[in-house]
Amino acid sequence: MIAIVKYNAGNTRSVTNTLNRLNVEPVLTDDPELLRQADKVIFPGVGEASSAMNYLRERGLDQVLKNLRQPFLGICVGMQLMCNHSEEGNCELMGIFEENVRKFPVEKGKVPHMGWNNFTSCKGKLFQGISSDEDVYFVHSYYAETGAQTVATSEYLLPFSAALHKDNFYAVQFHPEKSAGIGQKMLQNFLNIKN
Amino acid sequence: MLKKRIIPCLDIKDGRTVKGINFVNIRDAGDPVELAKAYVNQGADELVFLDITATVEKRKTLVKLVERIAKEINIPFTVGGGINNVSDVAALLQAGADKISINSSAVKRPELITEIACEFGNQCVVLAIDTKLIDGQWRVYVHGGRTPTELLTLEWAKEGEKRGAGEILLTSMENDGTKDGFAVELTKEIGKIVNIPVIASGGAGNGEHFQDIFKIADADAALAASIFHFGEVKIPELKQFLRKQNIPLR
Repeated sequence: MIAIVKYNAGNTRSVTNTLNRLNVEPVLTDDPELLRQADKVIFPGVGEASSAMNYLRERGLDQVLKNLRQPFLGICVGMQLMCNHSEEGNCELMGIFEENVRKFPVEKGKVPHMGWNNFTSCKGKLFQGISSDEDVYFVHSYYAETGAQTVATSEYLLPFSAALHKDNFYAVQFHPEKSAGIGQKMLQNFLNIKN
Repeated sequence: MLKKRIIPCLDIKDGRTVKGINFVNIRDAGDPVELAKAYVNQGADELVFLDITATVEKRKTLVKLVERIAKEINIPFTVGGGINNVSDVAALLQAGADKISINSSAVKRPELITEIACEFGNQCVVLAIDTKLIDGQWRVYVHGGRTPTELLTLEWAKEGEKRGAGEILLTSMENDGTKDGFAVELTKEIGKIVNIPVIASGGAGNGEHFQDIFKIADADAALAASIFHFGEVKIPELKQFLRKQNIPLR
């Protein structure tokens, strides 16, 4: 069973549609028991970090998620919530990754970073069979800094983490569900990861 | 490097694709979902669907169409036309749209931009501006380009950004349907005064026009309809041509 985390910042429809195209029918849930039982958990996100974080904390979901043992994939704001601290609403995040989330420097260029951009030096199971310099779709005003857990880097106004990985936790800043064939391949790679 | 985007626009009426030439005559160009899939395969970077007959009773039809589109395509798409309030937006986003575009309703009640941005984020609010040159000044038009307003285009774009728009879709009615090229100077000017992406629309006829709007005006994206629908310009060839001009493309 593939679970998608149900909370106040999910854009679950697109992820569900893409999984359906891969012949997977995900379960949308915020039930801790179901989340623990799932073979894999996907944590999409669109919206504002601090209100999403408050929502998760009030329900104890932050603790449930960070203690999961199966392959876990955060997308966009989902990825940012897995980091350490965000400048968006100045909030503490789940702390799965040590990287911090900052606002793009608006004085240097247009924000949000919106559109197709490439990533370089990608590594790990998520990127199997995917070469560097592929273009994927981004839309975000905040970014995770590059650090020890960065497994793919992109550049817009400055270099930032396009993907992070630690143990069973995978995360991407871009939207694989909106990144045409390459995104679909990445989601298939995630589904293929052995528990 | 962030790429420039090529965006086909599909005008929708009663669930079918149409394109008005200079906003008046209408020609039928097929099933929106089939056309959308064809564009994705050709390498379109994003799609825009504008419902030009959006009335209250047709709203449910549009939501159903958006659900079908979202099931079939895996690139971002924007839906516009007749969106008047936050619940219209919620229905379209839940159906799978990535962004919505507002035009007349935002002019009528600018607070709408902020309301949508606060509820769903700036990234999903596209402010569409139809504009025409009147006595040497670019003015904002509403109701599908039929009604002039007092608003100056440059000021309205700036205000739209301040109120929370995440992107500007700028259509020059002077250029639309002419195939003589985009409104390069205006697009350039707007791009300089706002700090959000600008999509240029209206007037595309050939590859050089796209080259100009990206190189001279520095538009983030360029939108066209009939030239793509009727195959006068094909996206793969267009992209190949633009790459040769060193324009960063996907």
